[in-house]
Amino acid sequence: MNEAIPQLVNYDEPSLEAAFATLAEEVRAADTTDPEAFRLHWLGRKQGRLKLVSEAWLKSAPAEARKPLGIRFNQLKQQIEAALEAPAAKPAVAAVQGIDISLPGTFRAPGIPHPLLKTMQEIVAVFHHLGYSTNLGPQVESDFYNFEALNFPPNHPARDTQDTLVIANQQTRPSRDRLLMRTHTSPVQIRTMIEQGPPVRIVIPGKVHRNDAADATHSPIFHQVEGLCVDTNITFSDLKGTLDHAMKALFGSDVKTRFFPSFFPFTEPSADVQISCIFCGGKGCRKCKHSGWIELLGCGMVDPAVFAAVDEQRIAQGKEPAYSPEKITGFAFGMGVERIAMIQHGISDIGHFYSGDMRFLEQFA
Amino acid sequence: MKILTAWLRHYLPALPVDDLQLAEDLTLRGIAVEGVHPLSQGHLFEMDITTNRVDAMNHYGIAREAATIYNLPLVPLGANIAAIPTIAPFPVRIDSSAETLCGRFTAQVLRNVTIAPSDGLIADFFALLGQKQISNAVDASNFTLLGMGHPTHAFDLDKLEGGIVVRLAYKGEKLKLLDGTERTLEADDLVVADEKKAVGLAGVMGGWDSMITPETRNILVEAAWFDPASIRRSSRRHLLHTDASHRFERGADFNACPTANALVSQLILTAGGHAEGALIDITQPAIAAKTSARSGIALSVQQVQRHLGTTLDDAEGESALTSELVQQYLTALGCTLASADQPTEAEALTALNEDPQIGGPSAVASHISETDSPDSFHVQLPSWRLDLEREIDLIEEIARVYGYNHFANTLPTPGIVIAHPTAAAEAAVRTRLLALGFSEAISSTFASQSDSDLFYAPAAPGQGTIAMENPLSEEASLLRPTLIPGMVAMLSNNLNRDVKEVRLFEQGHTFTGSTAAVTESAQLSLGLTTGTPQATAPHSAADAPIFELKGAIESLVSLFTLPGGPAALTFSTESTPAWLQQGRAATAMLNNVALGYFGELTQAETQKRKLRQPIFLAQLDLTALYALPLKRVTARDLSRFQAVERDFSFVFPDSIQWHTVTSAIQALAILELQSLAPIEVWRDKKKYPGVYSLLVRTVFQSHHRTLREEELTQWHSQIIAALTQLGGTIRA
Repeated sequence: MNEAIPQLVNYDEPSLEAAFATLAEEVRAADTTDPEAFRLHWLGRKQGRLKLVSEAWLKSAPAEARKPLGIRFNQLKQQIEAALEAPAAKPAVAAVQGIDISLPGTFRAPGIPHPLLKTMQEIVAVFHHLGYSTNLGPQVESDFYNFEALNFPPNHPARDTQDTLVIANQQTRPSRDRLLMRTHTSPVQIRTMIEQGPPVRIVIPGKVHRNDAADATHSPIFHQVEGLCVDTNITFSDLKGTLDHAMKALFGSDVKTRFFPSFFPFTEPSADVQISCIFCGGKGCRKCKHSGWIELLGCGMVDPAVFAAVDEQRIAQGKEPAYSPEKITGFAFGMGVERIAMIQHGISDIGHFYSGDMRFLEQFA
Repeated sequence: MKILTAWLRHYLPALPVDDLQLAEDLTLRGIAVEGVHPLSQGHLFEMDITTNRVDAMNHYGIAREAATIYNLPLVPLGANIAAIPTIAPFPVRIDSSAETLCGRFTAQVLRNVTIAPSDGLIADFFALLGQKQISNAVDASNFTLLGMGHPTHAFDLDKLEGGIVVRLAYKGEKLKLLDGTERTLEADDLVVADEKKAVGLAGVMGGWDSMITPETRNILVEAAWFDPASIRRSSRRHLLHTDASHRFERGADFNACPTANALVSQLILTAGGHAEGALIDITQPAIAAKTSARSGIALSVQQVQRHLGTTLDDAEGESALTSELVQQYLTALGCTLASADQPTEAEALTALNEDPQIGGPSAVASHISETDSPDSFHVQLPSWRLDLEREIDLIEEIARVYGYNHFANTLPTPGIVIAHPTAAAEAAVRTRLLALGFSEAISSTFASQSDSDLFYAPAAPGQGTIAMENPLSEEASLLRPTLIPGMVAMLSNNLNRDVKEVRLFEQGHTFTGSTAAVTESAQLSLGLTTGTPQATAPHSAADAPIFELKGAIESLVSLFTLPGGPAALTFSTESTPAWLQQGRAATAMLNNVALGYFGELTQAETQKRKLRQPIFLAQLDLTALYALPLKRVTARDLSRFQAVERDFSFVFPDSIQWHTVTSAIQALAILELQSLAPIEVWRDKKKYPGVYSLLVRTVFQSHHRTLREEELTQWHSQIIAALTQLGGTIRA
């Protein structure tokens, strides 16, 4: 039931303004969920409120008030019509037409880059940007390149740290010619220096093997990235700066590095490098065994004995000696790629890397 | 190795830091404390000492490191034993066969001893360490080893027949050791013997027959120095890795023998008894000259700075690694420094004549005055640090004690980066395979004999398989001669886990040749299996995987510039390997040389491996591919004129293959023919045996003009004629 429209006493501006404002407010507050009821209420031919307004105010208005009254009347009418159209824009119960966009999208599945090799490439790229060229070498090496030239003399206890897989039928050969699976990518350092004089800046990614029992974090097959920087005036502080930069490039600029004395036969001084835990920022968590630090790589200044072995071999091959320890210094570093990839991705079993298991690989798609 | 902080403090009473700080400071200087466990008295440190630092594998050695760090005096080691003189010293000699292998042999006779349980410090420290007590004589030896690191041995003197001889064993000589085993010796095993028989495997383990028993009354204490290589050889041969051999094979302290002997003797005598005669001490000057009395080395402070570079404490270009600091550190480590301007000849002789006392930092050699700061030193090296041989070894010590983290982070000037010759090709192959939907995999470098027999057939003599001397397992007895076994294993693993959609590739090395010369070759394997095979026109669902592999190979080869152009790549179903199903396999050839194989694994193998769906394999010789230059594209202009399609539907006898159809059409030499493709192949072997229907789509286009209807009609007729001549029948 429409309420009656009160008669207007005055037709002056303030009275008109107040009267129409009341009506406009009524329209705004009206329930439009049933558009037909709303239309009838306001626009009904006989009892619609607009009709009533017209009868009550317009017809009895003095001539001078007709114009302002008419303008306001039309504004009110437009407001009512607009309110009537608005519900159409609301999500109504209208039937869905066209596609069900909530169904999953489809795509041609691309192949998945191996997470380990991806990490290896990332490491290599960091050193490319620092001016290192990639060099590669064979996986089956001679004792000379894998051990002897790297200052592991035959029968030396240092060899115990790298249990070696040996090719059959080597016993009768001279010690340095015996073939084995390289236990590190360091032999490529020797091969490179025999091939070319300083300066040398190389990064060596590759597969290596040791006669180790497999468990969740060890595998007899694994990957290393090594680097070698040899020139005049290369210092231990250069080694520190280079690796500090590389670790920041790999793990983020907040990462801190810490160097410890260590021992490798082919470097002196030798160091182990830790980075501040990338999970807890150094506060201590389960991942870093509550130490705040993660051990990541080994490094050191190239031992003069290595330079001597290189020059000896260069002379044997008819080349000029080029690595006099009086003039030349250098540093080398090496890191296990599996360990880094496992840390980066929270991988708990190293065996996943060599399984070809699609369930593992698909996580990296 | 386990270290008690209480024991360290016994040698370093003035240690100013708590145990945790000590652990941290030691670790930062390379004496790694891996674990710290609280005890009723101090802490137990789990140490990880690097193999070169055998001198630090005992309490005194670690105390010395701490003394160096904090610049503290170390309690000197030694014992004074009052001996009853004797007119007949116990006979000891080093046989000429052992002159180069036994550098020093000390012996002390103890009489009327009492074999009893240990007490005092031994009992306290052993309890904290969890070390088992045996008897005062044996414990004395163990205590000395743990304390200052030198191995000793106590013989029951009354079991010895005559004096001691250090000699090489006789080949086949028998010796029953303390572990109860009887060993047959080789002629290069070094033994400690009496006049009749061997009584100990020198530096490794004592003999059973002369061991200390509760009835022992008289003892001979031995402390000796043996050649590292000799001890290592015997230890490995007899699979006896003992605390003694561990120490000797890394180089023991030549000067420690008398001290160790005195310490052990003193400990045994606390329970009663007396020493008889002075310590017998036989030394080989030639070996002393290589160890304790080895000549010193020159060290220049300038070299220290050249190798180590900038430190955080450098001020205005002045290195913080001063001459004074170098002297302080090296002296604390046991070196004797003299200014290189005034070397003395006497210093080389000092080491041998010192009294049985090792360790504590002695005063800086007197001829370096307080105000001197020489750039060059002559450094006499401590007898316990055989790892110090060269200037660089001393530079490392200085860096270590100074603290690695006190060096600045500087960067050398960068070099020019040269791309590796195969890097671009490898990356191109990898990127293409990933785009084709193959995921990257890494499989084992090794293969079993049976897999190798099945999947590898040498193409030429000298391409045999390579056996391992010490394989990881029987399944890994060979280096892989082909990547296929690894790929089959990975596909099988997936199928066994109900993963039915697998596309993998591996870029890896294979190994062939002989055990004298191994050839490594870069190879590629592809593996594919699908649980929902789908027809991809014009191929049937069953054949689609084979053509997917063919397509992958074509796509990879198209990355390279082929000598002879794209037509150099051909395929043949002849001479395919036996592990691929005949008729469903092919050889890819580059200029008629095999580049690789692909196809379906034989049904027999599929069944044998209990695979529930067929698997498809490919192998490709990347070495051959990488020898080719990568393709460099020269773009052609695109035609502005309309292209026109014409389809031809024919029925052919089965004997007419696609390549015959293309040859026939290409033989017409229609220049405007832009492409030619099979759109549909349809067979119904029951209804229409021996024939199939083929829908061929051709596209014509000219670069110069719009094609005229008459031309198109003419080409259309030519093609129909050519195909009809092949034996085809045009379909309505």
